[in-house]
Amino acid sequence: MSDDIDAIDATDDHVYLSLAEGHDDGAARWAFGTGFEDPLHGVDTAVPDGVDTAELAAMCLALGDDALVCAQRLAQWCTRAPELEEEVALANIGLDLLGQARLLYARCGQVDGTGRGEDAYAYTRDPDDFRNTRLAELPDTDFAFCVVRLLVLSSWRLALFGRLASAADPVLAAVAAKGVAELTYHRQYAADWALRLGDGTEESHRRMRAALAAVAPYLGEVLDARPQFAAHADAVRQETLAVLDQVLLAAGLDLPAAAAVPGSGRRGEHTEHLAPLLAELQSVARAHPEAAW
Amino acid sequence: MVTAPSLRTARQVAAQVPDPELPMLTLADLGVLRDVRLTPDGTVVASLTPTYSGCPAMAEMRADVAARLRRAGFEKVEIRTVLDPPWSTDLITPHGRRTLREYGISPPGPAPRRTAGPVPLVLGAPRRAVGCPRCGSTDTEETSRFSATACKSLWRCRACREPFEHVKEL
Repeated sequence: MSDDIDAIDATDDHVYLSLAEGHDDGAARWAFGTGFEDPLHGVDTAVPDGVDTAELAAMCLALGDDALVCAQRLAQWCTRAPELEEEVALANIGLDLLGQARLLYARCGQVDGTGRGEDAYAYTRDPDDFRNTRLAELPDTDFAFCVVRLLVLSSWRLALFGRLASAADPVLAAVAAKGVAELTYHRQYAADWALRLGDGTEESHRRMRAALAAVAPYLGEVLDARPQFAAHADAVRQETLAVLDQVLLAAGLDLPAAAAVPGSGRRGEHTEHLAPLLAELQSVARAHPEAAW
Repeated sequence: MVTAPSLRTARQVAAQVPDPELPMLTLADLGVLRDVRLTPDGTVVASLTPTYSGCPAMAEMRADVAARLRRAGFEKVEIRTVLDPPWSTDLITPHGRRTLREYGISPPGPAPRRTAGPVPLVLGAPRRAVGCPRCGSTDTEETSRFSATACKSLWRCRACREPFEHVKEL
């Protein structure tokens, strides 16, 4: 043992070697999930008195499902985006959301009484167990749809996270506070593109109008968000609509009135598009349950 | 007789661990290493904070810190995750900023201040002036807000024509 820190080589070994070395309990890792790491490892996870754990779990689950399903849709743009820079941007946004989903699922498992880990939520639930808003699961018909969906969902999520940053549960509050900075970048990206496309060519404007018409029937469900987000619904709705107004006015667009599609993803009632999305996301994990390496 | 390694050593060892994605920086340079302490029973407790929620390097950082502390003679090592307060680029040390520039990566400016109430959305705002890390010119343009890692954006210098990465303010 030496006090001389120079004796410890800071650069020689590959990070994955130390990852294996750090895993010294000899247990194999599950091959397909994140397995080796609890994203809330070492965080103080006590629930304060007075916090309703069922409500907290429901909120974490819905927000985690929104993030996971959005991340999967964004990842589907890889190799298909209009430019390499946009592919990188969409993948980065998806990665942020995936990270938020992991933290929220981990918190959910701690407070819903099941003790499940993040992978159990992502890989072993069926479509009707998911509580994401249906807007998140709709397939991308073109880049304009991707932009409009991202604008709506990031604006809503940012408005909500800004309020959840002072939630009574310290873990949810910390996840939300961290997410605010990330979501600010996501919303800016979507807003910049909405402006560019809406105020762009005749064709880009037409596509933005079509995307808004496709999104509008699902907007009410996003903004309503009962039962999981009742406490903040009004303030979050106002803030979200104000942002949408600001962007659409500048882009020369408007939000068409539309009748809501019956049902609600928040109650587990989904479109036919969620099942194939989850089938792809879960296929390897379900084909080889508990597989380890 | 083996003497117990000191807290000072533990701090030095943990502080020298390189970041997996920006290996020219240490975790201390990056502000990811929040705290190192020694409990009465001799356990080293190191606290790390993730840069982004989805930072895929977190598991590696944690394993790397633990492995290096063990190699330095600490038998009991515990790594804690700290989420609050969230990481900000303001935590990157002056040494870390100089190192980034030396490696051709533009360091971040001051992080946006979080004020009470809604986060304002500014449309069509002029981008902040970012200096080229190679030639120093501020005649630069952002080509993408996102880059190969979550923490960077892509830029191009109009003066020396070189592309470069900029650690974006968070």
